[in-house]
Amino acid sequence: MTATLIVLAVIMGGVVFWLIRQTLNVQPWAEEGPIGQDHASGPFSVQPAKVGLIVFLAVAASLFSLFVSAYFQRMEFGDWKIAPEPFVLWINTAFLILASVFYQLARNAVIKNQTAQVKSNLLIAGFFTFAFMGGQLWAWQEFHNSGYVLSGNPANAFFYVLTAVHAAHILGGLWVWSRTLFKLQSIVETRKVRTSVELCAIYWHFLLLIWLVLFALLLST
Amino acid sequence: MAHVALADKGQELAHPKTWIGAYVWSQDHKVIGIQYIITATLVGLVALALSAMMRLQLGFPGVFDLIQPNEYYSAVTMHGMIMVVFMLTAFFLGGFGNLLIPLMCGARDMAFPYMNMLSFWVYLASVIVLCASFFVPGGATGAGWTLYPPQAITEGSAGSGMGIILMLVSLALFIVAFTMGGLNYITTAFQARTRGMTLMRMPLSVWGIVMATILGLLAFPALLVAAIMMLLDALLGTSFFMPAISDLGEVSSTTGGTPILFQHLFWFFGHPEVYIVALPMFGIASDLISTHARKNIFGYRMMVWAIIAIGGLSFIVWAHHMYVSGMNPYFGFFFATTTLIIAVPTALKVYNWVLTLWQGNIHLNVPMLFAIGFIFTFIHGGITGLFLGNVAVDVPLSDTYFVIGHFHMVMGVSPFLIVFGGMYHWYPKFTGRMLNDTMGKIHFWVTFLGTYAIYLPMHYIGILGVPRRYFAYGSLDSFPDSVHVINTSITIAALIVGTAQLLFIYNLVWSLFKGEKASSNPWRATTLEWQTPDTPPKHGNWGPELPVVHRWAYSYSVPGAREDFIPQTEEPSENTKGDVH
Ligand code: HEM
Ligand SMILES: [Cu+2]
Repeated sequence: MTATLIVLAVIMGGVVFWLIRQTLNVQPWAEEGPIGQDHASGPFSVQPAKVGLIVFLAVAASLFSLFVSAYFQRMEFGDWKIAPEPFVLWINTAFLILASVFYQLARNAVIKNQTAQVKSNLLIAGFFTFAFMGGQLWAWQEFHNSGYVLSGNPANAFFYVLTAVHAAHILGGLWVWSRTLFKLQSIVETRKVRTSVELCAIYWHFLLLIWLVLFALLLST
Repeated sequence: MAHVALADKGQELAHPKTWIGAYVWSQDHKVIGIQYIITATLVGLVALALSAMMRLQLGFPGVFDLIQPNEYYSAVTMHGMIMVVFMLTAFFLGGFGNLLIPLMCGARDMAFPYMNMLSFWVYLASVIVLCASFFVPGGATGAGWTLYPPQAITEGSAGSGMGIILMLVSLALFIVAFTMGGLNYITTAFQARTRGMTLMRMPLSVWGIVMATILGLLAFPALLVAAIMMLLDALLGTSFFMPAISDLGEVSSTTGGTPILFQHLFWFFGHPEVYIVALPMFGIASDLISTHARKNIFGYRMMVWAIIAIGGLSFIVWAHHMYVSGMNPYFGFFFATTTLIIAVPTALKVYNWVLTLWQGNIHLNVPMLFAIGFIFTFIHGGITGLFLGNVAVDVPLSDTYFVIGHFHMVMGVSPFLIVFGGMYHWYPKFTGRMLNDTMGKIHFWVTFLGTYAIYLPMHYIGILGVPRRYFAYGSLDSFPDSVHVINTSITIAALIVGTAQLLFIYNLVWSLFKGEKASSNPWRATTLEWQTPDTPPKHGNWGPELPVVHRWAYSYSVPGAREDFIPQTEEPSENTKGDVH
């Protein structure tokens, strides 16, 4: 459980440290009046949706770290047979990096209110994300055809499970992505999609990071 | 500014036009909270009925013949899982969390009302899937609420077919629901507080619920991971957890999977889960005690830090549930130490409750009775926990009734007393009527004394070595006769206590129509939820203007003040200024 403990120690450590600092020198019984107005607007000066997303990322980080911990623990047992990763994963990784880059470009454009660039960058980011998903399916196919079936060995099973859980998170992102595009078609004001583009960009980077960790894990074992 | 966006919601809140929009597909946090409470109560009654069936079997073996061994195992499992997850977790976070967080923080609603609504409906779906598992071929899973493989999914054990599948699916749904709700609770408490409501002015109920939500969001994924891997083992023949099993010479297709991995994942969730239930209970208990003792809570800051510390520590004690599974002695030592350390902030809280009562102007209202009863049961359960935290003491006691006694005192009875106390306390705010006092007092005394009659003897027979999860003990000579007598008396006490809960349900319904009309602040409390312009609060909670907070949540019996409480919204004036100690 070491991997999980490290991730959780970082998250919980952050939460605990921040909370303790917020509460350290405060003597609530001695103060009166509507103090701390900037507190009341939220301790972080960001939109609630962003806080929601960040909390969700912490949940997802916990989930993936637990899978990684389980992977390490299961690996110790004698029946584990190392399986070679399909080469196409490298190409997929490149796709996902590009998707992330274009999402960032879309985000930069939305801040500057450049509707045309937002649209085109979003479309390209989506295209590469779909390419990644297709490539992952291809990798499954190849893995399966080379005789590495799900029930054959725990190493194979982990390969399928890790990629599937990651893909499920991407699917969730694509759903928001498609809604953003849809909104862009029907409304004139680009400002209205600003939050969702910004948040999706963060989400895409996060999923890229997760994928890099998972890929490194698969490659190294 | 984020704050404005939310405060402006008053205009933006979509007021539903139809009855269905207002009470069924509602996005109002109060309606959602009540929906959670009703669902959790109903499924809790199912779990109560299951425990009555188990007790009849144990107390009068062979007399009633209500259930067969397999059904007994299903009953044990479903009783435990329902009570812990689908009843208490849902009630405290989905129920009280929804009702109290926006009102106590001075918000108009949750940060994401639509997601909040979805949270309830997915929770309801998880409950339906869970209950459906009673009716599938093979029955509900009988693996114990810990669901340990290989037994859970090995053919031939109770509910190892569809039963366990539905249980796992239901848990996965619950986790989705919890995550959607949890995002709301945290974001609302951190981002949507009204002007003047600093973190350290929040009532301890909010602190407890929010910290429990953080724990849940980080711990439930462990259960999800375990559930996904077990589903694959059961359905697609992988061997994450399933070892090679040879049965009458036939070797299973699974290879060297590791059940210990499941135990780690389960308890990595399971121990924080204990505190997911405990922290809201601590918070609400603090508020009940302070309000009804007319005294500020002793050591507010320490109470907050204890909640934070317990939350952090609860992630590094999980393996104290696995001493008997075999582990490196140094690990055992480590987990025994952390387990004893976590008892320190917990004990601190108990001292502070007692010190709050000390020289308080104690009003023995029904909510207060439950809160004081809770201090007793929690101390008893906590102390036996210290026993069990030590490896050498735990090994002989593990899997005996001592453990059953321990966790029922600490996370069975104690949270329920606070659930009841909270219901008696806040019912007037959300219905406009008081709960009946006489029925409440009967309910309290029967429940409080009855639980001692049930659970104290369990410690004793546990020390004698009576194992848990047995359908019948037969005429084993190793147990003295007193064990059988005790089992019978426990059953009788349990049936009486169970009946008393029906009186409570009756009270809830009866008072809705016939209860005494409640004023907007019947307990003369300081916190924001009692200062709403309407009782019950309308959609949007605060009328045209959000409240402004001028002081902390515990200004009781302030010297020189006009009354023995000063609402958080009251502006400072000459006679309240000064030594608000
Ligand atoms: C009138 C109240 C209750 C009675 C009579 C009762 C009775 C029982 C009985 C007879 C068992 C089975 C023990 C065995 O066969 O070894 C059990 C197990 C259990 N109960 Fe309760 N119980 C009650 C309330 C609660 C509550 C409120 C909770 C919530 C935390 C709870 C949680 C559990 C758990 C987690 C188990 C363990 C299940 C397992 O190990 O498989 N119970 N209870
Ligand atoms: Cu524990």
